[in-house]
Amino acid sequence: MRTRRVALFVTCLVDLMRPRIGFAAIRALEAAGCEVVVPEGQTCCGQPALNSGDRDHAVALAQQTIAALEPYEAVVVPSGSCAGTIRCHYPELFEHDAAWLPRAQAVAGRTFEIMAWLDEVCGWKPEGVRVDAKATYHDSCSGLRELGIKAQPRRLLKNVEGLSFAPLAGEETCCGFGGTFCVKYPAISNAIVGEKADAIDATGADLLLAGDLGCLMNMAGKLNRKGSKVRAYHAIELIAGMGDGPAIGEEG
Amino acid sequence: MSSFKERADAALADPILKIAVERTAGTAEAKRAVAVDAFPDFEAARDRAAAIKDHVVAHLGAYLEQFEANAVAAGACVHWASTADEACRIVIDICKAAGAKSVARSKSMLGEEIGLPHALAEAGIGRVETDLAEHIIQLADERPSHIIWPAMHKTREQVSALFKAKHRSPHEEETIAAMAESARRELRTQMLGADVGISGANFLIADTGAICTVTNEGNAELSLVPPRVHIVTAGIEKIVPSMPHAIHMLRMLARSATGAALTQYTTFYTGPKRAGDRDGPEEMHIVLVDNGRTKMRAEGLTEMLRCIRCGACMNHCVVFRQIGGHAYGGTYPGPMGSVLTPALDGLKQSRDLPNACTLNGKCQEVCPVRIPLPTLLRGWREKSWREGLEPTSMRWGLGLWAWVARRPALYRLGTGMAVRAMHMLGRKGWISTLPLAGGWTRYRDIPRPAAQTFMAQYKKEERRK
Ligand code: SF4
Repeated sequence: MRTRRVALFVTCLVDLMRPRIGFAAIRALEAAGCEVVVPEGQTCCGQPALNSGDRDHAVALAQQTIAALEPYEAVVVPSGSCAGTIRCHYPELFEHDAAWLPRAQAVAGRTFEIMAWLDEVCGWKPEGVRVDAKATYHDSCSGLRELGIKAQPRRLLKNVEGLSFAPLAGEETCCGFGGTFCVKYPAISNAIVGEKADAIDATGADLLLAGDLGCLMNMAGKLNRKGSKVRAYHAIELIAGMGDGPAIGEEG
Repeated sequence: MSSFKERADAALADPILKIAVERTAGTAEAKRAVAVDAFPDFEAARDRAAAIKDHVVAHLGAYLEQFEANAVAAGACVHWASTADEACRIVIDICKAAGAKSVARSKSMLGEEIGLPHALAEAGIGRVETDLAEHIIQLADERPSHIIWPAMHKTREQVSALFKAKHRSPHEEETIAAMAESARRELRTQMLGADVGISGANFLIADTGAICTVTNEGNAELSLVPPRVHIVTAGIEKIVPSMPHAIHMLRMLARSATGAALTQYTTFYTGPKRAGDRDGPEEMHIVLVDNGRTKMRAEGLTEMLRCIRCGACMNHCVVFRQIGGHAYGGTYPGPMGSVLTPALDGLKQSRDLPNACTLNGKCQEVCPVRIPLPTLLRGWREKSWREGLEPTSMRWGLGLWAWVARRPALYRLGTGMAVRAMHMLGRKGWISTLPLAGGWTRYRDIPRPAAQTFMAQYKKEERRK
């Protein structure tokens, strides 16, 4: 099989808050036969600016990100919302910019959410990975609705031995994170994530899995505040065989 | 006037509101899912519905003229109003010319939009709201909180108490049927004596000049047929080319709104009473209202004119489900209201609405005419940012973040320091209070980050190799 050379776009949240997700991504990609590069020039994709209406900064960060990522044959992102920003919103941002539009479109077309990449493009599945636990899965909104991420993580996780599943009521309902929404309208966000945390608790699962660190921090932070015992991981951590390490908010 | 945040806080603190909203929206969500599942190809039907609306909106002038000609040929009078005030003035003048002391009104969101209830009161004309939920709202002296269930913010227990306090011979048994009977007793006498009936229109049919109303109570028919005069107020975007188009839209509307295949009453009114007809009003007036719609087309909100006011977007909205409709502060609540209110009332006083949204995309997923609501909300955010309406703290914070993020070397240094500082603040894996992140930590903990960023750790590993 030909080795695919892929660029990992780490995302600012993973870079700052949970580097393990980045390392899990590298491990899974290498197991799937990819050669992984972490481009130097990357910082943030600009999503906070884009969603706040700050178009100028969104454009500037998009240009920087495009320039950093365009030399690679594929870009893999451990986040549905950042991958969605690059895939869906970069081309919109440069709709009227003849110079940048083709570059934005080219990078957009080569950018993949990590689980979609592993499952659909590489046709890979984890082997020899074991986690004895019951998990529940939350579908993060951008991944689900902008990129159609739904079956891919479930197919990959099915190959994790010992892992069973408890369905989450309202698994496609937003957790109330919404990027800057959760700090701009904290009381509303709290009411939404409070219901989500109750639904997660009601599954009786040991683990909460999802594909976006923002949503995971929101849900795990609420679960911890209410004294829940559910432990939260990015799905790629389990898929990469790193499900035995500390969960979000655990000392490791 | 209270701010959006104050209204939202008040709503969040009201446990009864939560129960009321959840009962109705929850049922609507479940029933819609069943109805959509049972529909042969709902996705194709949505495409068709969107295409019909796009077509008429692109040829609005031509279809409106065709509608006017056919309505006039059927004996109706057609009036044009470019503003809300003008529309109200036309209605009041017709009422006065008819010597009307009281009007029976069949629920219409356009009537709410143009402030018709208020205008009638100012003109000293009595008004009977004949839709059951509107009747509740009128008794309670409130405003609608949802576009198809105006009283959705009230529980049946609250409605029962209201009826007992206000009806002349209220129900004794605590059943829905007995309560409905009480409302019927109260309303029938008043509505049958009205001089004028006023309605909105769910559709205007261009090639026949007919208007269409849908209700589940039959109150439109009872309020519009017996009086001498029938006045219709309708937004100009309500037009469809022909009856088959109206039927297609009706199938989408009922399923998206309530999950029913069809509403109980779907009536087409073509002109007033004709020679030989036994019933019907002697005059029919149709007021076609622009009130900012033409301008919306010019301002990049063309897609919003597809809206058929089904309410699915609000029923499925996580924010609406928490705060209900009144907190939005405009005529229209929920996602569609957050797009419309800045256009109708001005962005300055409604900039919170397009921002108070997680952009999760569920509204777009259920909209029967595929309105890209999140995209339109983003558009308003951009305009608000451009016009300097966003709070200084936000502008400053995002500006600094973006400035640093555009300098990768500085960014690595800064994020490295920030992460180390946060790491030191954490206890047992979590941070429970953090300066500048009070909005987060008031309700949630923040997981303590690792001592070093991914980039720093990765570089170290690469060097080791
Ligand atoms: S925006 Fe769409 S879902 Fe919302 S009321 Fe209008 S037609 Fe219905």
